[in-house]
Amino acid sequence: MSTTAARPGAGVVQVTGELIATRRVGAYHHLTFVAPGLAEHARPGQFVAVAVGGPTSANLLRRCFSIHRVSPSGTYGGTVDVVVAAHGPGTEWLTGLRAHDEVDIVGPLGRPFPLPKEPVPTILVGGGYGSAPLFWLAEALRERGCRVEMVLGAATESRLFGVVEARRCADGVTITTDDGSLGHRGWVSDVLPELIRSTGAGVVYGCGPMGMLRSITEVATAEGAVAQVAVEESMACGVGVCMTCVMPVRGNDGVTRMVRSCVEGPVFRGDRVRWESFENGYCTVPADALGAPKEGGH
Amino acid sequence: MGVFGSTRLPGIGTKTQPETAHHGHSVSDAADDAAARGAEPAPAVDMSVDLAGAVLPSPMMTASGCAANGKELHRFFDVTELGAFVTKSVMAQPRSGRGTPRMAETSSGMLNSIGLQGPGIRAFVENDLPWLKKAGARAMVSIAGSTSGEFADVAATLRASDAFDAVVGVEVNISCPNVANRGLVFACDPHASAKVVALVREQLPRDIPIFAKLTPDVTDLVTIAQAAVKAGADGLTMINTLLGMVIDTDLLRPQLGGVTGGLSGPAVRPVAVRAVWQVRAAMLQGRLPFVPIVGVGGVRTGRDALELVAAGASAVQVGTATFNDPTAPVRVGRELRELLHDKGFARFTDVVGIAHERVG
Repeated sequence: MSTTAARPGAGVVQVTGELIATRRVGAYHHLTFVAPGLAEHARPGQFVAVAVGGPTSANLLRRCFSIHRVSPSGTYGGTVDVVVAAHGPGTEWLTGLRAHDEVDIVGPLGRPFPLPKEPVPTILVGGGYGSAPLFWLAEALRERGCRVEMVLGAATESRLFGVVEARRCADGVTITTDDGSLGHRGWVSDVLPELIRSTGAGVVYGCGPMGMLRSITEVATAEGAVAQVAVEESMACGVGVCMTCVMPVRGNDGVTRMVRSCVEGPVFRGDRVRWESFENGYCTVPADALGAPKEGGH
Repeated sequence: MGVFGSTRLPGIGTKTQPETAHHGHSVSDAADDAAARGAEPAPAVDMSVDLAGAVLPSPMMTASGCAANGKELHRFFDVTELGAFVTKSVMAQPRSGRGTPRMAETSSGMLNSIGLQGPGIRAFVENDLPWLKKAGARAMVSIAGSTSGEFADVAATLRASDAFDAVVGVEVNISCPNVANRGLVFACDPHASAKVVALVREQLPRDIPIFAKLTPDVTDLVTIAQAAVKAGADGLTMINTLLGMVIDTDLLRPQLGGVTGGLSGPAVRPVAVRAVWQVRAAMLQGRLPFVPIVGVGGVRTGRDALELVAAGASAVQVGTATFNDPTAPVRVGRELRELLHDKGFARFTDVVGIAHERVG
């Protein structure tokens, strides 16, 4: 293990992290790496960018994962945990690693979930393994005196992540599955309006697929709550240089820009995201965005 | 003129056998210095280079569009360690770029379809260039335009800016493949290339070299290089990405929102080596004047960089590899220096184009 890059005050490190634990959790893999210097800077909502396949890998692009939790000091020094779904060559390589294998990790990256100044009731909504960063967030919120309700949703029971952990770190837990294999049959947006009303939640935090984040935002806004959502955009670098993870977001000045979700996100106020631009797996540039394409395109 | 102004032709008359004798002393001096600081000894190879008047302590650069404008990578390494920091191509006005997906991973590479997203030259000279100046970076500013007049306007605004003294050169991006009309890729046509280069050259002081960035997606690269140099390019950057396409086999549709994109990464390195070789060979044949070539395309290691240098590149940019390793531009420079030291070279410039002397 070595720190290969970390400039003073940068708040981010690049380390060779040793895998010290890997276990299957339902449809996912939960990995723990020793990552010296990373845990100290990390906050809930931030992510790590992991190189896959070793130094001569044909898969050059980093894979980005929300930080599930960190432990600044333990038997092995600081550790970072991530949850991985194997669905391509990079994630398959990661889930095939064994204890003591080494991985190049950059983090923590991105903006964390903002925490309320007042101890307002909150609801944390996770779709699939998008729930990964929420347990750590729940602890931070409860330390501030916020009531924490969690809603975990997935297509089916094996695709839920952290049901037991949710019961341990939240004041209340609601489960939804599309097929009804566990909890309420349906979507998180079915149960959310009533939960916001009954708890008086001021903030709804969300992490999961784009469609779910959009509906969380719509429900929260309709019920008078603020949505803070962590987006899942595909990224090539994670550090702000490749310009591939952009999405249209309205700034404080009211102007929509194509912003990098790795450095200006991954957490955005839901009502700032131009959700209507996402359709059918594409995101188009809104016509009123700064520097939007004129006739003929870019 | 530096590298190209010596009494011998560049690359001709350089030692065909690496010389190992005379620099042993300086290595041990460096080792002693390093030991006193408790650091790794740095091999004593003179890495400095003169690119048509831009004197740089190192031949290593970022590649335009793979490094943003400095702040992001300065978290991982000091941008002054580079010979030059090459900024993302900037146009006259703010530009959103294309929708997403903008990226597709390919074997040993990727496609991108960014579409020249950028803040516009006015915001660039107000925010980005002053930051680079304050950091002490040597800036190579990449400029782009939809018309040759736009290139000239961007160059004029750059020249008039307060932080212009941080600029060591201007790269003229006439070869971005991500434009709506393929017919508007200037570097596919010698006349269009020449027009842009000539207009930009007029706007900039003589002591600021301009580098025309070329695409290998042409039938005869040398013709384009000749036109650019004749029009006033002080150097050539090769290569830009190659136009490519990926089909998503689940959805059976193009994976990129922009349909086609630029292919980069180690997969294109042999194309870059070939391009540098062809143009250098044309210079050696007297078909165009000797101007420095900045090699770029698929460089991930010091050995990759050495390929481009031996083919004729006087400087090397690291692009897509930065996405894999944010320290790649400086790491490759260290690896290159160690390789040159191991091979017994005292000066980086002694290796530029050396492979041309060793054919057959």
